[in-house]
Amino acid sequence: MGAKHFGARVKRLEDPALLSGRGRFVDDLKLPGLLHACFVRSPHAHAMVRDIDSGAATAMPGVHTVLTANDLPEPMRRMPIPMLTPNPAIATPRTQTALAGDEVCYVGQPIAVVIADSRYLAEDAAAAVVVDYDVLAAVGDCRVGIRDGAPRAHSDLASNVIARFPLAYGDVDAAFTNAAHVFEEVLWQHRGGGMALETRAVLASHDPVADTLTVWSGTQTPHLGRGTLADLLDRNLESIRMIAPDVGGGFGPKAIFYPEEAVIPATALKLGRPVKWIEDRREHFLSATQERDQYWDMAIAVDAGGKILGVRGRMLHDSGAFVPWGVIMPYIAAVTVPGPYVVPAYHLETVVVLTNKVPTTPVRGAGRPQAVFAMERLLDRVARELSLDRAEVRRRNFIQPEQMPYAVGLLFRDGKPLIYDSGDYPKGQDEALRLAGYEGFRERQRVALEQGRLIGIGIGNYVEGTGLGPFEGVTVRVLPSGKVAVATGATNQGQGTRTTLSQIVAEQVGCRIEDIVMTIGDTGAIAQGVGAFASRQAVNAGCSAQLAGEAVRKQIIALAARTLGVNEDDIDLEDGKAVATTGNKPMVPFGELARLAQGIPGVSLPAGQAAGLEHTAYYTPPQAAYCSGTHVAEVEVDHMTGGVKVLNYTVAHDSGRVINPLIVDGQVQGGVAHGIGNALLEWMQYDDNAQPLTTTFADYLLPMATDVPTCAIAHVETVNPLNPLGVKGAGEGGTIPAPAAIIAAIEDALSPFNVHFAETPLTPERIVAALRAAGAYERLFAA
Amino acid sequence: MGKQATRITVNGKSHARVVEARLTLADFLRHELGLTGTHLGCEHGVCGACTVLVDGHTARSCLMFAVQANGSEVTTVEGLAADGELSVLQQAFMDNHGLQCGFCTPGMLITLTELLRDNAEPSEAEVREALTGNLCRCTGYAGIVKAALDAAQRLRGGTPSQPSPASGGGR
Ligand code: FES
Ligand code: FES
Repeated sequence: MGAKHFGARVKRLEDPALLSGRGRFVDDLKLPGLLHACFVRSPHAHAMVRDIDSGAATAMPGVHTVLTANDLPEPMRRMPIPMLTPNPAIATPRTQTALAGDEVCYVGQPIAVVIADSRYLAEDAAAAVVVDYDVLAAVGDCRVGIRDGAPRAHSDLASNVIARFPLAYGDVDAAFTNAAHVFEEVLWQHRGGGMALETRAVLASHDPVADTLTVWSGTQTPHLGRGTLADLLDRNLESIRMIAPDVGGGFGPKAIFYPEEAVIPATALKLGRPVKWIEDRREHFLSATQERDQYWDMAIAVDAGGKILGVRGRMLHDSGAFVPWGVIMPYIAAVTVPGPYVVPAYHLETVVVLTNKVPTTPVRGAGRPQAVFAMERLLDRVARELSLDRAEVRRRNFIQPEQMPYAVGLLFRDGKPLIYDSGDYPKGQDEALRLAGYEGFRERQRVALEQGRLIGIGIGNYVEGTGLGPFEGVTVRVLPSGKVAVATGATNQGQGTRTTLSQIVAEQVGCRIEDIVMTIGDTGAIAQGVGAFASRQAVNAGCSAQLAGEAVRKQIIALAARTLGVNEDDIDLEDGKAVATTGNKPMVPFGELARLAQGIPGVSLPAGQAAGLEHTAYYTPPQAAYCSGTHVAEVEVDHMTGGVKVLNYTVAHDSGRVINPLIVDGQVQGGVAHGIGNALLEWMQYDDNAQPLTTTFADYLLPMATDVPTCAIAHVETVNPLNPLGVKGAGEGGTIPAPAAIIAAIEDALSPFNVHFAETPLTPERIVAALRAAGAYERLFAA
Repeated sequence: MGKQATRITVNGKSHARVVEARLTLADFLRHELGLTGTHLGCEHGVCGACTVLVDGHTARSCLMFAVQANGSEVTTVEGLAADGELSVLQQAFMDNHGLQCGFCTPGMLITLTELLRDNAEPSEAEVREALTGNLCRCTGYAGIVKAALDAAQRLRGGTPSQPSPASGGGR
């Protein structure tokens, strides 16, 4: 076998092109005759569309057409975009049409599209499209939306509650009746958007000779997109090719299918010219999905020693105006609460409410950061009330490694019982605490306080279901050139998918990593695919790469043994050659074997030999893979300004066997940055009428290089027994417990003032307000 | 819309074009010259993905009109790698995992090229301060900061912070 790749810090194959400006993002692609699109979007959160006058716009220079819903082909004209994630709890599975018909339900909903010679001209003309609206009352807050007599987010719906589902096990009432202590927390949790640095982007071109529609989209899920587009255009699936070229970050919002991905191909078909739409950042704030607001009312019942007896509560989720991904995100939140702890009884009522805001769908973490925040805040509360150390309270409640596999008692979103496959939670926490110097922290804190500095420490633990099915596919094929072609429906928005899969295939097949030619995110390269979300690709595509590689390895060995006249056991595969280990060690290069495997026209292949050196594997995981971890945040708070600085950040995480530590560490570090944003900065604000207020990066703040420390990271590997690689997902764990750990650390830093926090993001204004309410400034200035 | 004759030297090559006054420098580079390495992440001057050097100074090409660069020398990410070899900074990005999706990367490289030119021995805090005008959503900055410090050391003639076993081919 050649170089050892699995588990090595292999440098990324993606990098040279991206570093030298040779990336191929959608907006970098140029086609002859290309036209440009600009969308006309609703300026109102809720309105009836009375009339659209596009006469003036159509007459402007360089404008080719202006299309409204009625100009779209059937069935796209009327058909709501299919929802791919049904759930019986959804009373009215409402998704939007490609262009709005009579009613608009959020600011930014597309109403018409202008196609012109340049984006500049298209924007000019879009401003000249006159839309006559009847403005309706809007639901700007889900807490208002559930009240009797509240305005309705859709004029034809009787209620704004689109789904309500209880998740429960155990005898919660008994747990609370018999508890030594019961504590309650009321939490507001907000998460903004994915805010990938590349905005959404679609380019479509129709080849009338082959009748093939090619769509390049900055998507996480080209195969799902192709299927949806085929439905909306009533076209044969095989006549559409969807390609996700280089994509500048995904983080969830690029996993769903958007109206623009339907409209742009439809216009390209209609005009017979390629059409491109590149979202601008303001449009992204208005019309790309977010996670936004959840309101949690939670209670925990514990015994005298702080052992959990039960957890119960209610969660209100602002779903926005539609449910394109069903209720996946609040559902995941609801089942993530118990986390790494033994929670004998649990009951959470989840209420999903329509509002007149852009729809919510998963953003990195997908509801889990909120669930973890709720649970960890409850445990911090228990520790404070019972005067126990926060780490100790957690220790007393951890599921022990010998309890694995551990059935929580709920169904996960994959429909399978929530059973943790493996993990050592006490070890993870111990490791993180050791690395973070938790033991010595009180002394550090005391010394800092003497210098007038307020520092604090906080802990966040989580368990995350990753690696969700249904499947992903990988084809491995040895080419007559000696190169090894790999194709997959997995996609790459920065995760290093190409590198990771190449490591696995190179190791299995015995070729050099640089001899792999990979096609990623192209429906033309592999029949079926799913795409990137739920930290699923290392598990799904990784295992498929392993299985396909193994199969091809066997084919190569069998053919080489026959060709060289030796036993199969006496063949080694190395650097693209099959080498006999006996006799005078003859060898045959892969290219020659690939040619032999094509056979001779008219001649039967030897018995047992397949056509070509090629195999496609679609690995289907039996259930989710549960990764876990502990984060420890150490912060300094300026009590006068409310400014927070994250001083040290420690992560111990278990994502199973690690394929490439360089890449996994990068995922963790990047995830933590996102979590810091959620904890302290990112807030997509709307006014009471659901008008968005934060539509630039000057208003909606992302973490900068000065906000994010370099994390100390420990890998606590427990091998996943359920898949052939032993891997679990790694893409979201960095984000999930970060707000819990950071807010706890802020509270700890401000413990001299006895303030309590139960919200994210926690902005400087809110910190100062809490200190003021606690009388901190009177005390300080009196002293 | 008024058009104006404009001559801009980009990566050492002079380009004369008649362009609309409102054409941004970024769109000029990307769409007139086909230099698509310069990216647009916000078009309102915050993210820094569009950063280029104009007469040796970093500038946000989304906030500048092409005609404002008339007579100037512009350097883009395509101009950093001499003869297809990665520059020391680019190599350091690869060695230290300074990029994930690569969308912010051109702007990061340009900003750090200026920093390392002006400050041969920047501290970590100085690197971070210099990067506050460039947003990265993927990496959490650790790899970028490490790459900058590593490149600074290599440029001063020190050894790289970690040996770099060759890997990584083309695509
Ligand atoms: S695109 Fe110029 S600063 Fe963001
Ligand atoms: S690498 Fe993706 S934004 Fe920086």
